[in-house]
Amino acid sequence: MTPNTYGTPLPGLPPGKLGGKLIVIEGADGSGRSTEVAFLKEWLEVQGHAVVDTGLRRSTLVSEEIDRAKQGHTLGATTMALLYAADFGDQLENKIVPALSAGSTVLADRYIYTLMARAIVRGASREWARRLYAFAFVPDLVVFLDARPEILLHRAIGKYGSLDYWESGMDLSLSRDLFESFFLYQEKLAAEFEWMSRDYGFHLVDANRRPDQVDAEVRALVEPLYQPGRRRATLPRLPRPSGTPSPGGPAASG
Amino acid sequence: MNPEVPSPKHGYPGRLFVFEGLDGSGKSTQAALLAKWLAAQGYRVFQTEWNSSELVSSTIRRGKKKGLLTPTTFSLLHATDFADRFDRKILPPLRAGYVVVCDRYSFTAFVRDAARGCDPEWVRTIYSFAPTPDVAFYFRVPVRVTLQRKIASRLKINYYEAGMDLGLSDDLHDSYERFQGRLKREYERIAVQDRMTVIDSTRPVEKIQAELRENVRPILAGFPTMESLMHDA
Repeated sequence: MTPNTYGTPLPGLPPGKLGGKLIVIEGADGSGRSTEVAFLKEWLEVQGHAVVDTGLRRSTLVSEEIDRAKQGHTLGATTMALLYAADFGDQLENKIVPALSAGSTVLADRYIYTLMARAIVRGASREWARRLYAFAFVPDLVVFLDARPEILLHRAIGKYGSLDYWESGMDLSLSRDLFESFFLYQEKLAAEFEWMSRDYGFHLVDANRRPDQVDAEVRALVEPLYQPGRRRATLPRLPRPSGTPSPGGPAASG
Repeated sequence: MNPEVPSPKHGYPGRLFVFEGLDGSGKSTQAALLAKWLAAQGYRVFQTEWNSSELVSSTIRRGKKKGLLTPTTFSLLHATDFADRFDRKILPPLRAGYVVVCDRYSFTAFVRDAARGCDPEWVRTIYSFAPTPDVAFYFRVPVRVTLQRKIASRLKINYYEAGMDLGLSDDLHDSYERFQGRLKREYERIAVQDRMTVIDSTRPVEKIQAELRENVRPILAGFPTMESLMHDA
């Protein structure tokens, strides 16, 4: 792939094209992402492609700090958003770039979109979040696993035995009731994913189905990427607005 | 006068004075002297400098050790650090009506990140949460002078301060001069763009301090001192 970014050049990138492909699987917790990533990885490897899978918060640079901040709830919304962006930048440059240079397929279990949605529902402005992540590569394909909140809830409880504090957005004080907070939080995230879906060219896949049905549809989207002379699956055209956007939230409200 | 008159620059009741310049430009000495004078005048003063918060400094140290830092992550980690410092150290006194004296502010990031090759517009977007100060002083000094001051005070030049990560030169002193030269060019550029108040920092300390006091006097005209606040109450 040609390393196109969302508007901001990445300094220090080795010149020339990167050989591999970047495939992103997005979706809420419980949408079946991890299952699909595992299926797809297996299938691609059987086809003879080298696959490197990557997720959020797996970098060695700041994951410790993120865990500590989550325990203490000590950092402001802007600070947290920047810390996540630093972590993502580390993965992009120290994991994704080398893998693509080596010609591998990078299978990303979530990408900047989840990070942006989380920052925005916590008070960042859309414009600030979008431009913060403008250094990220445009993927060859973004699949969004779209599942109803009831399905998410069912799978989340099946997985953890209860609801996760963070995936329920309890830090946002939307409701003291975990159950209600989960629905309110997922609703807010879904609203953010909706506009991103248009602007960033997501391929929506109905994830209210069995894993094998979801997988079949995802394969059909992935397959053309490996055919010679293919066209790019995703061609986002993002407006470059004038002026400096405010990050929003408490820091800029005065 | 109503003590709640907000600043025309940023809208908070306090006032924000920023000191910027190369390492060894004398800005920290001058910031401390000005803060002392302001306090003696009866103003409520809060002085702060951009030294890394605990959370991020450990990360930066680890990143440096492993050689993992790139211009982008370096920039984002410093932004994280600054956001945290802003939330804790700058915003509360600014809202409480203090004169906040900042030794380094977002301009330091604009200059340093641009010198490392980051897109200047991207960096400005990231720092858009930082309000415009009432005054930003830029302490202008030749790079050679800062190097002499450093050598004279036997301070060690650190790896990143010398921009050694950019591979400008294998020699620490040579790299330092080149990198600081880049920073200086960026400072000169943004001093115009951001209408900073340029201070010729090759002059004696007393002369510079007198000039700073002249500069802040009009900004503080009618700004409440501790005493006036107590009478108002």
